[in-house]
Amino acid sequence: MSRFEIVSRRLLAPTVTLMEIAAPRVARKVKAGQFIILRVDEQGERVPLTVAEHDLEKGTITVVFQEVGYTTRRLAEKQVGDVISDLLGPLGRPTEVKHYGRVLCAAGGVGIAFIYPEVKAFAEAGNELTSVLAARSKDLLFFVDEIRALSKELHIATDDGSAGYHGLITDLLSQLLERGRKYDYCIAIGPLPMMRATTALTREFDLPTTVSLDPIMVDGTGMCGGCRVTVGGEVKFACVDGPEFDGHQVDFDELAKRKRAFFEEEQCLLNPEIVRLEQQAGGKRG
Amino acid sequence: MSEETTATKKPRNASPRNPLPRRDPKQRGKDFEEVALGFAAEAALAEAKRCLQCKRPSCVRGCPVEINIPSFIAALAEERLEDAVRVLKEKNALPAICGRVCPQETQCEVSCVLGRKGDPVAIGALERFVADWEIGHLPLPEPCLPDPSMPKVAVIGSGPGGLTAAADLARYGYRVTLFESLHAPGGVLRYGIPEFRLPRVILDREIEYVRRLGVEIETNVLIGNTITLEELLGEEGFGAAFIAAGAGLPYFLHIPGENLGGVYSANEFLTRINLMKAYRFPEYHTPIRVGKQAVVIGGGNVAMDSARSALRLGAEATLAYRRTRAEMPARLEEIENALAEGVRLMELIIPLRMIGDEDGHVVALECQRAELGEPDESGRQRPVPVPNSEFSIPADTVVVAVSQAPNPLLARSEPRLRTNKWGKIIVDPETGETSIPGVFAGGDIANDAGTVIAAMGDAKRAARAMHEYVQSRSR
Repeated sequence: MSRFEIVSRRLLAPTVTLMEIAAPRVARKVKAGQFIILRVDEQGERVPLTVAEHDLEKGTITVVFQEVGYTTRRLAEKQVGDVISDLLGPLGRPTEVKHYGRVLCAAGGVGIAFIYPEVKAFAEAGNELTSVLAARSKDLLFFVDEIRALSKELHIATDDGSAGYHGLITDLLSQLLERGRKYDYCIAIGPLPMMRATTALTREFDLPTTVSLDPIMVDGTGMCGGCRVTVGGEVKFACVDGPEFDGHQVDFDELAKRKRAFFEEEQCLLNPEIVRLEQQAGGKRG
Repeated sequence: MSEETTATKKPRNASPRNPLPRRDPKQRGKDFEEVALGFAAEAALAEAKRCLQCKRPSCVRGCPVEINIPSFIAALAEERLEDAVRVLKEKNALPAICGRVCPQETQCEVSCVLGRKGDPVAIGALERFVADWEIGHLPLPEPCLPDPSMPKVAVIGSGPGGLTAAADLARYGYRVTLFESLHAPGGVLRYGIPEFRLPRVILDREIEYVRRLGVEIETNVLIGNTITLEELLGEEGFGAAFIAAGAGLPYFLHIPGENLGGVYSANEFLTRINLMKAYRFPEYHTPIRVGKQAVVIGGGNVAMDSARSALRLGAEATLAYRRTRAEMPARLEEIENALAEGVRLMELIIPLRMIGDEDGHVVALECQRAELGEPDESGRQRPVPVPNSEFSIPADTVVVAVSQAPNPLLARSEPRLRTNKWGKIIVDPETGETSIPGVFAGGDIANDAGTVIAAMGDAKRAARAMHEYVQSRSR
């Protein structure tokens, strides 16, 4: 098994791929909440991906990703036996796992993969978990049984009503909170609007909430500062100070804007015709 | 057409320094090809013959890696080029790099006796000539296999300091592993210094030379995270370690609007361009957006590199510096190069805030004029804001190039490693030894010099001390 070889892969949902990659040193070290940076090939960007699982014996880590951009699309093309050019980790601070009591775990979309190791860690620490998983529709849900097995309660919400609650995760969470059930801690991981809405809701209930952020990054080791986010009025680097932060302190508006910084360039990569024209024009951009 | 360095004072006794050819500024400002062309053979020989071959050469004392300068120049003057190469490489594994990026004017050349009455010998350009001659004429040495009975030593960080320590330790006979967190070795030489100052073929070749000395380079390993320092010295079996992790944490100004899109740290800006080759987007997939007007805040070499890179990506580039040109910490040559290429310099500028559009992208830098006041701790006159002088500079890119802090990750993972209040690893100034026995550190992670050559000097001293340390332990 060579370094960074893809050992197994499967489609968890349409456009959501699970990949198990040989990285024994990372497998030995990685803890819940941490991430890796990988580069698919020589021309590739460095992209951060959260580690969903690891296997000490096999020396592998598992990443789950949704094909949202050019690099994730290239990664999804890689097959078992292919080798990823570069992989660095584990990066970021691990989740602070403590015994809080009753913990609400809210995950949306591919965030379900990232909350899974935290669900494991918080269950092991003796917390009583209420897990709430949400996706656009039923076929985009995964890890449901695994998370159910570790949770006292499990709720599902889908935008189209194909499974569980028909509606937004925040509406379902709001119902749970209004039912008068007390929670001591909340973890919310998912798309930025979901985390923003969830933290707005939990703030009303004075429920401490941790979110996991995935801003644009280059090196992932504190060198570039591209991942800076404002938390409680202070500038933090998500790669070395995070990626998890107090969700009630995060400036989500700023983060959302920063994440769109290279939107046009991404479109250019996703449209090969434009790429071809650019290369004809000399491979440079003015 | 090429431009030549302006001659300084007219020398009386000595012949003038041979001019250093550079590409035409109008042309070179459009691409990432090397700016300085290096001596042609004739000029190099003539320049070498200017050296007085002092009995007690003061230039050598100015060289942090102790190159026997008169000796390599004498060999060159006598056209014994292989000898010249050998003299250089005895002390310096990276002469083609140093010949390009060292600030010789404040190191060896400033002490040259000829400089008292005229121009000093162009030592840096001669070093480059000899090193380039080697690259063009001599094959790389056959790879060395270190003696498997020798102790293992680790070097953390593959920048100029790490490469130098690794080369020296390999020459002492150790089995050296050089760890790099990025996907390619070279540190600041790879992510920071642009191709137009240091072509990557030169960098790759010198790194390959270090590898051939028997150094094993492992990329994608972040010591502290992937493997801890404790594990390195314990179960991984390394007898000693040298930390040369560099100053990889950018400072920001902490002014409003700094998190707008289009605002980069110099580290991010240069890393995207140099390491990730964003200037060849979309062939390489990492983007950079430079727009039409780039403003670079700062006055050091990194600011020059950023402004000149922005210019090459098609922007009008402006340097905004809080003092005046005379106080700029950048090398004179780089300031001249930048200005000749068309970089605009705005002096006495204090940035106040960055203004964005509704999408959160920067559109202007709001500033205030300054005047020079009393000297500060550094001895330079402090910039004092001029009341009611606010104005704004249009900008769709702002690069903040105002120095950087040591990277905190390694120290965070190893509480026994003592650091000062600026996060620098505390070392014995003579040996580079840290608070942990057998662990040494040098370059920007420990000291303040901030140059390639100072890091290399630290590395040389530390390699020697590590050799003594390991030997004393095995006796």
